[in-house]
Amino acid sequence: MTGTLKGLLPIAIGIAILFVFQAVGGPSMFGAYQEDALLVIGINIVLGLSLNIVNGFTGQFSIGHAGFMALGAYAGGAITYYGAIKLWGSYPPELPPGTGDLLFVVALVCAGLVAAGAGYLVGLPSLRLRGDYLAIVTLGFAEIIRIIITQTEPVLSKQEVSQHSTLSLFKYLGGKSIFDRIPRVTNFFWVYSVVLIVIVVCYRLKQSTHGRAMLSVRENEIAAEAMGVHTTRFKVRAFVMAAFFAGVAGGLYAMKLGNLDANRFDFQRSFESIVMVVLGGMGSISGVCLAAVLVTYAPYLLRDVGLDQYRMVIYSLSLVVLMVVRPQGLFGMHEAWTVFAGEAGRRRWQSFIGTPKRWYLGVRAYARKVVGT
Amino acid sequence: MSFFFGLLLVGFVQGCLYALIALGYTLVFGILQFINFAHSDVVMLGAWFAWKYAQWMGVSFSVISIGTSLGILGLSVLSCAAVGFTIERLAYRPLRHAPRINILITAIGVSLFLENFTQLPYVFGSRDKAMPQLLDVYAGFDVGGVRVQYFQIITVVFAFALMALLSLLVYRTRLGRAMRAISFDTRTASLMGIPTGRVIAYTFVLGSALAAAAGILTGVAFGSLSQPSSTSWIRFGLKAFICAVVGGIGSIEGAVAGGLLIGITEQLAGGYISSSYADAIVFGVLILVLMVRPSGIFGVTMREKV
Repeated sequence: MTGTLKGLLPIAIGIAILFVFQAVGGPSMFGAYQEDALLVIGINIVLGLSLNIVNGFTGQFSIGHAGFMALGAYAGGAITYYGAIKLWGSYPPELPPGTGDLLFVVALVCAGLVAAGAGYLVGLPSLRLRGDYLAIVTLGFAEIIRIIITQTEPVLSKQEVSQHSTLSLFKYLGGKSIFDRIPRVTNFFWVYSVVLIVIVVCYRLKQSTHGRAMLSVRENEIAAEAMGVHTTRFKVRAFVMAAFFAGVAGGLYAMKLGNLDANRFDFQRSFESIVMVVLGGMGSISGVCLAAVLVTYAPYLLRDVGLDQYRMVIYSLSLVVLMVVRPQGLFGMHEAWTVFAGEAGRRRWQSFIGTPKRWYLGVRAYARKVVGT
Repeated sequence: MSFFFGLLLVGFVQGCLYALIALGYTLVFGILQFINFAHSDVVMLGAWFAWKYAQWMGVSFSVISIGTSLGILGLSVLSCAAVGFTIERLAYRPLRHAPRINILITAIGVSLFLENFTQLPYVFGSRDKAMPQLLDVYAGFDVGGVRVQYFQIITVVFAFALMALLSLLVYRTRLGRAMRAISFDTRTASLMGIPTGRVIAYTFVLGSALAAAAGILTGVAFGSLSQPSSTSWIRFGLKAFICAVVGGIGSIEGAVAGGLLIGITEQLAGGYISSSYADAIVFGVLILVLMVRPSGIFGVTMREKV
């Protein structure tokens, strides 16, 4: 029992600090533009870390992460939208402070659970499929989810809600056009509380026997199986966990933006999460966080210097260059603090940056590979 | 009944186009065991190059001579072959011995780069454009209430001719034998003196040329081109990839069978169930096939892989 309490301590302290920070109006000192960027960064950190559980820890290549996020976004959005109308009769729907926050938390958890259920369904085919085939199936699932959401009826207004039973409301998610007027309750406190929880969960997972089992599946599935690791069970668990957090991220996203368009959850968004995981280093928690910050903040920076239209060109080129130059990502599977700590860290730091001679040799090796037969 | 046959005809023509693209996926997968995500962008490039060349030649939007049409087609196919060659050299070759996940991510990167680079204002632009009518697509005749366009017949004949040429190449020439050897065992093949690097480059050139042809035919059939980074291109390529997987990836016959199966399924689903769910049904077919038979329809019986 004391062990559990000790484990929860960092979360509790962090949330308390965040709560005070929010209460004294800390986030607004960044200014509206930067605060908005911070919220998006937080949501993307959650997305990247959740994908990291499947792609990074377990080594299963999932490229349909946007599907889980879409499910979470629509589930969370629908619960707060219709919940606010049913419970408080407000229109446009608004959440009162206190009990409203309770509904918000319920919506986030439900968003996660709905996505986790889908994650279980997607995880099942991974029993039979490997590598690229699994990738294509996850992409297919994400597309199916998106298409089904696109076919939902327009959202109901307050008068129409009373004519429908609670369960049938899930047919009216406005997929054909847009799901508008979702209460915008996501703020700095909520986003970074979730970020904190996900970081602690991922970190502890990586250190635990579960995490080790997942890593062993990634390294060598057959060897893991021979050592008594139930590989399929861990693959499915990884999928379920990743989907849960992606769903929560979706819920946060829906209630930050206040409106949803199913077409925003297409391949591009899945690829963005993959870029975060690969750039940061597959399996590295701090790496993925840093990559999420870089990938999310880059558009804001590029917009400021007027290179906005080159954003995706720069992204994609850097992805290719990164794969050629540093295939293991920024930190490999290590954490930032172990990469740079101590004598070994200094050597690693040198190998990270390299020397002019090593750069030259690297470029020459690349050129030889390109030109050679 | 004529509704059914009409759908069947459109599905068959569509299936031929899918098959052409699927062959490119299957050739590359057979040899290198990775999904060439950039393949759907080569399809897009094929259509857009044709548009660009037509612009340069000052082709109006009315029907033009066969010679000019073939010229545009040939130029565009050659350009795409060059693009395929370049991609392989710059992006895939340096990673030949890297883990497969890295190559897959590189492929995604290349794909995103091609889409977003070509939609810049001074390349192709980010607007949908009208495709010049290289052939009169509306001319045709009626058979028992079903409208058959000459263009559809040309598409089918052209596609089957290319497929026949490809299978001749793969099963009857030295290059084809080298390809099959590499797909069987790259290391041993290179020990036996097969220039694996060159053969792989040829494979990319071939696949890209077929993709370009399919892209142009699709563009002409629709009469308009979606902008380069439109997801409709990715979705088009993805469906072609599904055809390759359903048919059994690595097998030429499988790609053709899968293409026709998916093309016809898609049209029938769109006609009888709902056009908005057609894509979902295609993905459903893929998931079902993979669950029941992970190696695809022809995956086991066709021992010879390319």
